[in-house]
Amino acid sequence: MKLNLKIWRQEGPKVKGKLVDYPLDGVDGDMSFLEMMDILNEKLINEGDIPVEFDHDCREGICGSCNMMINGEPHGPQKLTTTCQLHMRKFSDGDTITIEPWRAKAFPVIKDLIVDRSAFDRIQQAGGYISVNTSGNTQDANSIPIEKSKADEAFWSATCIGCGACVAACKNASAMLFTSAKISQFALLPQGELEATERVEAMVRQMDEEGFGNCSNTGACMVECPKGIKLENIARMNREYLKAEVVG
Amino acid sequence: MSALVKSSLARKWVMALSGLFLVVFLTQHFTINITSVIAPDTFNEWSHFMGYNPLVQFILQPILIAGVIVHFIMGIVLEIRNNKARPIKYKRFDGNSNSTWVSRNMIYTGAVVLAFLGLHFYDFWIHEIDYKYITVGVEDPTRYIEELREKFVDPVRTWIYVGSFVLLALHLWHGFNSSFQSMGVKSVKQGDGFRKFTYAWAILIPAGFVFIALYHHFNHIAA
Ligand code: HEM
Ligand code: SF4
Ligand code: FES
Repeated sequence: MKLNLKIWRQEGPKVKGKLVDYPLDGVDGDMSFLEMMDILNEKLINEGDIPVEFDHDCREGICGSCNMMINGEPHGPQKLTTTCQLHMRKFSDGDTITIEPWRAKAFPVIKDLIVDRSAFDRIQQAGGYISVNTSGNTQDANSIPIEKSKADEAFWSATCIGCGACVAACKNASAMLFTSAKISQFALLPQGELEATERVEAMVRQMDEEGFGNCSNTGACMVECPKGIKLENIARMNREYLKAEVVG
Repeated sequence: MSALVKSSLARKWVMALSGLFLVVFLTQHFTINITSVIAPDTFNEWSHFMGYNPLVQFILQPILIAGVIVHFIMGIVLEIRNNKARPIKYKRFDGNSNSTWVSRNMIYTGAVVLAFLGLHFYDFWIHEIDYKYITVGVEDPTRYIEELREKFVDPVRTWIYVGSFVLLALHLWHGFNSSFQSMGVKSVKQGDGFRKFTYAWAILIPAGFVFIALYHHFNHIAA
């Protein structure tokens, strides 16, 4: 199929960027979206142009780096799917596809489609851990019995790959789905109890400092999250936060 | 404490609590207004009570006004901050693919409600202040129903009133349910029944206000 790509090109963080048109022929429906981008880049290189920079690593939906806003939706039109797992059969011959980087003050563009998501790392570092004695006397995690439903919920929260689609989809560029998932994965388990108060306070504080927006409960994050992280996590974070501030 | 006020989550709580407070107030307001249709004497009685009871006048009314102010100021503050969180907008953004129009445009439906509240204050509150404290009219416990009916004679006023309540319904369609999410109520366990209740309330209460306005308007035309 033949496509008309409109891709955001920006040379560097401080440079003004713009959408550039790239007609591309010979795209197969069985290609992944990233393979289509590879073909475009090979063509650009052969023509002596600078290839489009985009992030990718695993290409199997687990690293969370292949981030693109495709036709106004993070990771494109297919739900529960990262860009690397999106196939071109989702598009039709003659389609115009607009590709932009995530847009958020806290995710500055590095080049073209690549943004700096280290704000997420700093939120995680602020409290997304548990302190365990690793001297060799570590207690086996399985020696603490945990209700199956709790264990499942904690696991689902932990499947967040930190891609940032939630921020990209949110009209407020809010990072609450990510932050709440990272808080929930510990809040649900006894291992997380000890540091619960400081965790929620520190992670929310860091989230605010990074310049993410507030939550309006539109639910866009949950719909666009490739891992199906649920809005319930945000409600849990709000509870945890109240508990931390009021009870201490 | 200052950290609490500065935190985004605390702002969510303020928004939700003030919004819910207004929801409770609206229910009470509706209960009084509907008596103007079904029992005009009761309407007079209750209006007189609300107008002259010192607890209502000097404690509840200021709390209500404060609630409205806190709610819309916080709404505006959030709107500004949220805009700043995305200084460069997308060229193409498909909001409809993942969220409802009302949930993304609370500030606009809210702004219309605010404009209406301005008119409403002018119509009823300023008039009451004037009647009670400035020109000092005689205490007349039967005047309210006629005053209310008069307000709905003008078709322009009546239709502004109706339009505003349609927008309030949209505001509440998202807002009422959303406030429970903001307060961390366990939406999963609370099930769909509660959600349905908030949607029903968001439609029925504003529809009730519209009915009252139109009832008095068309009654006047018929008379
Ligand atoms: C005075 C004019 C008003 C303005 C400017 C306004 C503005 C807003 C805004 C911007 C939000 C969204 C907050 C967010 O996204 O975090 C909101 C939420 C809400 N509003 Fe209003 N509003 C107004 C009047 C009202 C009235 C009269 C009611 C009820 C009778 C109401 C009930 C609610 C509720 C329940 C929420 C949800 C709070 C939450 O999600 O946490 N609002 N309002
Ligand atoms: S919550 Fe979902 S959308 Fe957000 S970072 Fe995690 S995996 Fe990505
Ligand atoms: S490249 Fe790793 S999730 Fe897409």
